[in-house]
Amino acid sequence: MNAEPRIIEVRKNILKQNDIIARALRERFREVGVSVISLVSSPGAGKTAFLERTLASLRERCRVAALVGDLATENDAARLARSQAPVKQITTGTLCHLEAAMVQGALDAWDIGPLDFLFIENVGNLVCPSSYDLGEELRLILLSVTEGEDKPLKYPTIFNSADVAVITKIDLAAAVDFDDELAESNIHAVRPGMKVIRVSAKTGEGMDEYLEFLEQRRAAMRAPASA
Amino acid sequence: MAEEEVAERGSPRIVAVHMRLGLLTSVVKEALLSSFQIASEGTSLEGSRLVIEEVPVEIFCAKCNQRRTIRSLQWFRCPECQNPAAKILRGKEMEVVALEIEE
Repeated sequence: MNAEPRIIEVRKNILKQNDIIARALRERFREVGVSVISLVSSPGAGKTAFLERTLASLRERCRVAALVGDLATENDAARLARSQAPVKQITTGTLCHLEAAMVQGALDAWDIGPLDFLFIENVGNLVCPSSYDLGEELRLILLSVTEGEDKPLKYPTIFNSADVAVITKIDLAAAVDFDDELAESNIHAVRPGMKVIRVSAKTGEGMDEYLEFLEQRRAAMRAPASA
Repeated sequence: MAEEEVAERGSPRIVAVHMRLGLLTSVVKEALLSSFQIASEGTSLEGSRLVIEEVPVEIFCAKCNQRRTIRSLQWFRCPECQNPAAKILRGKEMEVVALEIEE
């Protein structure tokens, strides 16, 4: 009984299960040809308003749908449904982020084959979602002008996990003395070279550029890999 | 996970669980240590230690053609030449690497 403790090697990745599901999802999305775009931000950065506008605009030219994660209410799903696009809610209870298995569960009885774009709105949180791959093709991080320019420096991990930064509520920039240059340099400090888009879901400013970017990206991803 | 592992080995007593935790995981070492204590109560891991090795963020600098450890999460650039860090080699680990057992 008093033998010296012995070390046994294990080497098990704790989030492996999530990564396995995320990989399967990514494969499925690729096979059926749907572009999956996730949105992360702090609570109140304007994910829902931005997504509502995105869905309403894209709906005119292609097939879109959304999955929305929320802690307790279905308010966000109700708001997004006003865009007339199909919307499904994932209520996470007290869990502060979405996991790949929840996305998989929500898509279970849903034929996503005919879709061009599927948007996934994560729970408003700048910490936990960074560790969970959802199988998305593109992760957008939203930063509203009212939050301050230093958010990227405070939450470098999530900014680093994203592919595109979207500065929201740009119509309020002057009112809150938002330093756009500083915000961009902070974004690039934690994620060099990340594309930065500026929008206002309220006035529509910047939305055309953003939608064009999405469609170009989709076209590029779908183009056969030829020389 | 550790419980499964020891069950496969005839349930020896676990003295310690060794983990590696990357600095890019958003998981705080102290929080993990305190939650381990709570979570292990009443399980075969009760009374065992959690030993966490933090893994710094290592990037590959294409300009220096070298692996480099970044100095700060607020500055994702090569610490030598300031070239932007495109490729992350280490820092996202969250894994159980070993168990210390008594048989």
